[in-house]
Amino acid sequence: MSFFRLLWLFARVGVMGEMAYPANFLAHVLDSMLELGTALAGLAVVFAHTLTLGGWRSDELVALVGVYFLVGGVIGLVIQPGMEQLTESVRDGTLDFTLAKPEDAQILVSVWRVEVWKMIDVGLGFAILAVSLARLGERVGVRQAASFAAAILVGGVIIYSFWLILATTAFWLVRVENILVIFQSVYEAGRWPVSIYPGWLRFGLTFLVPVAFAITVPAQALSGRVTAPALLGAAAFAAALFGAARIFWRLGIRRYSGASS
Amino acid sequence: MRGLADLYLQQLKTGIASMLQYRATLVIWLIGSVLEPLIYLVVWSTVSRSSGGAVGGYGARDFAAYYIVLMLVNQATHTWVMYEFDYRIREGMFSAILLHPVHPVHADIADNLSSKVVTLPFMAAAACGLAVLFHPAFHFAWSAAAAFVPALVLAFLLRFLVDWTVALAAFWTTRVTAINQIHFMAVLFFSGQIAPLAVLPRPLQVAATVLPFRWTIGFPVELALGRLTPAQILSGFGAQAGWLLAAAAILRFAWRASVKRYSAVGA
Repeated sequence: MSFFRLLWLFARVGVMGEMAYPANFLAHVLDSMLELGTALAGLAVVFAHTLTLGGWRSDELVALVGVYFLVGGVIGLVIQPGMEQLTESVRDGTLDFTLAKPEDAQILVSVWRVEVWKMIDVGLGFAILAVSLARLGERVGVRQAASFAAAILVGGVIIYSFWLILATTAFWLVRVENILVIFQSVYEAGRWPVSIYPGWLRFGLTFLVPVAFAITVPAQALSGRVTAPALLGAAAFAAALFGAARIFWRLGIRRYSGASS
Repeated sequence: MRGLADLYLQQLKTGIASMLQYRATLVIWLIGSVLEPLIYLVVWSTVSRSSGGAVGGYGARDFAAYYIVLMLVNQATHTWVMYEFDYRIREGMFSAILLHPVHPVHADIADNLSSKVVTLPFMAAAACGLAVLFHPAFHFAWSAAAAFVPALVLAFLLRFLVDWTVALAAFWTTRVTAINQIHFMAVLFFSGQIAPLAVLPRPLQVAATVLPFRWTIGFPVELALGRLTPAQILSGFGAQAGWLLAAAAILRFAWRASVKRYSAVGA
């Protein structure tokens, strides 16, 4: 699988690059811990007044925060930096070099930058998930764990396809880094279950910016509240979006006129 | 004094002109500043509905009113000087700024005011939109409206001076992100952004009353909603004035100490 081989390669390059700045490690740990502390303290304030929020108990929302960090970490680790560099390369024409390489260009632009410090967020996400799993106790069995794994995979594919489609618009619109920034501020909304939002916002967070699939659905799966048909539907949506992103990417490449032509 | 007025006027003009050049940035910023209060509005309305209609004296429609007003007040008092300072220090821009004959805080205040002028119509439209969607419970009173204006001006000045002083940290360390994040956390929890003061746990309420942050956002919001007694309003103005004097004194001292530390390539 050339995808995993390339991902491993670029991850190693990323680590080597950042090893030159070891003091950054503590600074990034501090940043991530502060963000996590803010999220958990916010939950504490809310759950001082209520036992459930839109049907979610506090342990389940802690799990949701774990998923939020995990998915956000993965996005910041490879997806976002890669896509940002893609829009940059389209603008200044350096995508020529990538297209000339023998590997599939879509795979290359998806993994060519790895922001290694975001591993901290991924690790924190896993830690929070582990803690909330312990507190949720026996209600999480093999079935729930399997549907969680499936849901997070489906969510990951949807988020990746979404980012690729956004970044690919750069072939027509050239300056799209601002569109990418919008995702960042909307992603914040995923710290709470999308079911509490009013209909129009819930629709937007499900289909316009697919925060629901990336965060809410996996967290729901953990407490066994996602039915098999719903999961299958999400998987079908993920497959369709992935295919659409691939076709759109091809169109973009055809549209691209490099720096030299 | 005339010179200072001219400076403000000119800075305001150039500020507005340059804001209008970066329209996409404006849109992004607007989405963020509407979405955040909207999230807390929804969270707290949900909580109040599920716990029998009210939390800490706020029903769902009271929360809607609170967060719509908070969105406007937050926008009116918001600053981004910490990012500017980080950039200015890294790029050595203070070499030129320090040669200016007036204190640099004036140019920053005027620049900040120009952004308010540009964003105000959008925020007003967003507030109307949210009002249609969430049916807030407003109880309008002339006395509260009259007291609101000076409270908002004091809140703006206080928040600006506090932010500007915190931003001076960029003179001392290159790792200002952690300091900024701690500052944002303090603002989030103590200013009334995460929840109205009455809803916060008791220790946080006490801390919020002592610290300056509540007086920059939560106080004007509660005042506008008519939730404060005349005595509370008076002591609120006292806290604002006291903190404003303290902040100005600290700023003066910290600015002098910071400038002494400044060195730039070529300076």
